[in-house]
Parts: sequence; structure tokens; C-alpha cells
Amino acid sequence: MLAASLLIASFVIFAAVYLAPGNPLSALSGGRALPASSIRVLEARYHLNEPFLAQYWYWLTNVLHGNLGISITLRENVSTLIGSRIWTTAGLVLYASVLILLFGIGMGIVAGLRPGFLDTSTLVVTAVSAAVPAFVAAIVLILVFSVKLGWFPALGNGTDLVSNVQHFTLPAIALAFSALAIVARVTRTSIREEGEREHVQTAVSRGIPARQLIRRHILRNAAIPITTISGITIASLIAVAAVVETAFSLNGLGAYLVQAAQSKDLAVVQGISLVLVTAFVLVNLLVDVLYAVLDPRVSLGSRAQ
Amino acid sequence: MSAAGGGAQLSTGMVVATPVTRRPRPLTGLRGTGVAGMVSAAVIAIATFVAIFGPLLAPYNPNLPNLSLAWVGPVGGHLLGFDFQGRDVFSRLLAGAQSSMLGPLAVVVLSMIAGAVLAVVAAWRRGAADAVISSGLDILFAFPGILLAVLATAVFGAGLTAAAIALSIAYMPYVARVLRGVALRERSQPYIAALEVQGSSATVICLRHLVPNLLPLIVAQGTIMFGWAMVDLAAISYLGLGVQPPQANWGVMISENQTGIVQGYPLPALSAGLCIVAVVIAFNVLGERLFAQAEAAGR
Repeated sequence: MLAASLLIASFVIFAAVYLAPGNPLSALSGGRALPASSIRVLEARYHLNEPFLAQYWYWLTNVLHGNLGISITLRENVSTLIGSRIWTTAGLVLYASVLILLFGIGMGIVAGLRPGFLDTSTLVVTAVSAAVPAFVAAIVLILVFSVKLGWFPALGNGTDLVSNVQHFTLPAIALAFSALAIVARVTRTSIREEGEREHVQTAVSRGIPARQLIRRHILRNAAIPITTISGITIASLIAVAAVVETAFSLNGLGAYLVQAAQSKDLAVVQGISLVLVTAFVLVNLLVDVLYAVLDPRVSLGSRAQ
Repeated sequence: MSAAGGGAQLSTGMVVATPVTRRPRPLTGLRGTGVAGMVSAAVIAIATFVAIFGPLLAPYNPNLPNLSLAWVGPVGGHLLGFDFQGRDVFSRLLAGAQSSMLGPLAVVVLSMIAGAVLAVVAAWRRGAADAVISSGLDILFAFPGILLAVLATAVFGAGLTAAAIALSIAYMPYVARVLRGVALRERSQPYIAALEVQGSSATVICLRHLVPNLLPLIVAQGTIMFGWAMVDLAAISYLGLGVQPPQANWGVMISENQTGIVQGYPLPALSAGLCIVAVVIAFNVLGERLFAQAEAAGR
């Protein structure tokens, strides 16, 4: 299933660019008219004279060998260009994921276990922050924490580990902002639902200590919906990172994708789309594996079929 | 609770008349969504009104630059001051509502229609058709909405149309998955079988009976998706791939005035951001309430 969806995704990405209006030769020549002989040479070199499926096949085999083509604007290997930027994006998404798991789930658990003021205020705060797009969060964070307070730099990557963490803190918060609220809300609801279950109420009346009760009976069962929503939101960060990287002028894959889309550098668009879709599918796969670890019934069920 | 109506039935089978205390029927529609739901609906109504009449309401020409007024703060008649080109920010907000609301509307309508058709066909035919549709949708799940929109604008040129169509395709599987589950449950209800026995055609049953029963859920899902679409399309415009300046749009306004944040003139960018957040909160809250209502009614 994983291989199938990646194969089809690669086909869609290739076909979309193939269908793009404009002649690839005029892009190569920079719009100048070419003599017929050089057109023939170029067509043969880039397999442009062959049918669509054959072209796809050439492209796919190249991709599998790590060759994603050449950027028209930078005249460099797309793989090299991606390789130099991938860690910015990976670091940013990872940092934001940690924030989401730590604070999103943490807030949700606290609100779910403590009805009353804390719960109500969490609900209100998350209802607002769930609606804040990453780029709006970005400008507010820049305004408050780098312009007014001067705690963090507003733009750019860092140079060493410490300055990297400093440079990535505001972007990671902007990226995590709305996802964190969604995770907190879902966590709260599932904690509340599990807490009201009969077996939990029975355990309460039997005098099981609260700590044990929460860990064994509430969290264990609430873990499945929490994993689902965390997986969905973290996977979606991979694409939203493009917005945050642009807002903070970070030198990542997403910002590069946007620049390439603006300048119609289609080889780069293809390459980065493929990398991002692959990452997206892999995160979803990881979540599926986690289900089986968290809930033995999942793997038992699939074996029974 | 069930005995609150006309009479209480005892175990002997005797019906004892009890005073008729009419239990208030659960509120349906907007009134059932509570205060928060109605406030949200009001915000949405205002935003819609501005989206339709915004260009007429704007006190000044939203596209007329005057560089000598660039970054000037609020002064008499100009509530929110001027942007980086000296254009009236308030007028641009009003004029920008149109493209900011129209894009999400197109995405919601397109993805809901396509998703509902696929869900109903899958649930009605079941078997092979369901398998094909479901696995096709699973593959579409591999494309995050923003990524598909960026890809589409790279290929077909920047603009709202390409981005909106791409987002509709990316949202379709979410619609179809939710509706398919409910449509399958509805499909096995006795009333559908009764209609089939009576000789109604599949199209008639689906259009006149099945889809109307799915409608509350479709409306709820569409409301929530409007918020998502608004965020994603504003992001695309912010990235310079959607609505093109100088046309007014809330996403565009944030990107073109972002330098003001660092230079000490945050108002133009912030006010556009606030418009987006307010409208998205309204759609989220109302959608959530409608969803809870639709689910409660479905049980």
C-alpha cells in the first residue's frame, strides 16, 4: 500500500509537470530560437521525443538512483540543492512536533482531568489558537519576541547549535501553534470520555490510587485517539513548514519550493514535492505502527483476517 | 426520560395518565448551537455582507497608492492608517474580504459536491465500486492540501483558481470518508429497503431520501472546511502564489506589509491577520456545534 501510494504520487507529480503549459526546450534555451539540429540533440538527450510513459519511466529510474534533474535557475543538481536544505525543514518540523507532543498533550491531560476553571480557560484559549494560521502566528511572534522584547532573532538560520535553537524557536512555535491547540482539544475530550467509563468509575470506588488509575485505565485507552490526532497534525506540518520558513526567511525545503514555484523551476518543484509526499506518507506509516504497539488488539485483528 | 410524554407505562401493562408536561423538543438549526454558535453565525453573516458589498462600502479607493502617506498611522477618517504604499488599510480590508471569502467558498462547494457524490456511490454500490473509490481516496490522502496547491500554481501559474481547485481535490477525501461511513449506515436502514421494494430507482432514493438525510452532516462538515480552506488559501496568497497584488486580499496584505512589523508599523499586517482569525474562529466554533448536533440527531 505504501509503495503503491508513493508510485501513484510520483506519477501524479510527473504528469502535472508534464502537462504544464510551455515548451521545456524554450526553458532550456532561455526563449531563444534554436536550430533544428540542436533541437534534435536536446530532444534525444532529455528523451523529449519519446512517449509520455517512457519519459515517466526514465524520470522514475533516475529518481530511484537519487538523480532528480537539474535546477534551471541555479544550474545545479536538484538532489544537492535538496540535501543542503532538508535539515532545516527536518529540524523545524521535529522541534514543532516536540512542542506539540509536550504541551498539546500535556494541556489536554490537565484540562481533561481537572474540570472547572482550568478546563474552561483551556477550551477558550485553544478555540482561538486553533484558528491562527502559521503566518499570522509568525508575525505576532516576531513583533512581540524579537521587535519588542528582543529575546529571539526575527529572521534567518543560525550558525552553530545554540544559535540554531535560538533561530528555530519562534518558527517552531509558529508552526506548532494551531496544531497544538487541536491536539490539546482532542486529548481533553478523550481523557474526559475514558474517565467517565464504567470500569474507571469502578476502579475509583475500589480506591485505586489516582496516579495508577490515570496511567493504567485512562491514558492507556485514550492513547489511540491522541496518537491519531498527533500523527495527522504532525504530518500536516511538513507542508505548512513552507509558510513558516518563508515568514522567517529560513533556508529550508518549503521556502525553496515556493521560490521554485514562483520562478517555474519545475525540476525543483517535482523533486521537493516528491520528498515532502514521501515524508508525509512515512509519518502516517509510523502512526500505523504505533497503533499496533499501543493497542495489541490492532495487530491481533489484522492477523485474524 | 421517555415517560415524560403522554403517559407512564407500568409493568402491569396499565397506562396511567400523567399530566402532560411537554418536554421542550431539542432545538434544531441555528438556535440549537447555543450562544457561541449564534455569535459565530453573526460574525459569518457580517463577513459575508462585507465580502459582497465591501468594494462599495470602502470609504477610499483601496488600490490608490500615495507614497507620501506610507506607514502613516490612524488619522481622522482613516481608522487603521495607511499601508506600505500609503493606501487606506480599512478600505483594503473591506475590499479584500471578497477574494478572501470567495476562494474558500469555491473550495467548500467543489469538495463537498465531489466528496458527497463519491461517498453516496460507494455506499450505494458497495463491493468493487466502494473498494475502488476508497483506495483512490486513500492515495489522495498522501497529498497535503498546501503542497498540492503549490504544485498546481507552479504548473498552471499563480492565481486563486488553480489553488482553489487543487485544495478542493485535497479536501475531497476528508469529506468522502466522513460521509461514506454515515451513508453506509443509512443505506442499511429499513426505509431504504422499503423504498427499493416499492420500486423507486436508485437515483431517486439517493437524491430525495439519502442525501437529504446526510444534509445536516454535509452542512457541518462544509462549515468546518470553510475555516481550513480560508487558512490554506490565505497561506497560498501570503506565499505570493494565490491572489496577486495589487488586488486586495487578507493574505496578500500580511505579506506585503510584513516589513512594517520589524520597522515598527505593525497595524496593517496585524489587522489583516485579525480578520482571518476572527472569521476562522467563527467557522470553527459554528461547525463544531453543528457537527455535534448532526451526530446527536443521527443516533
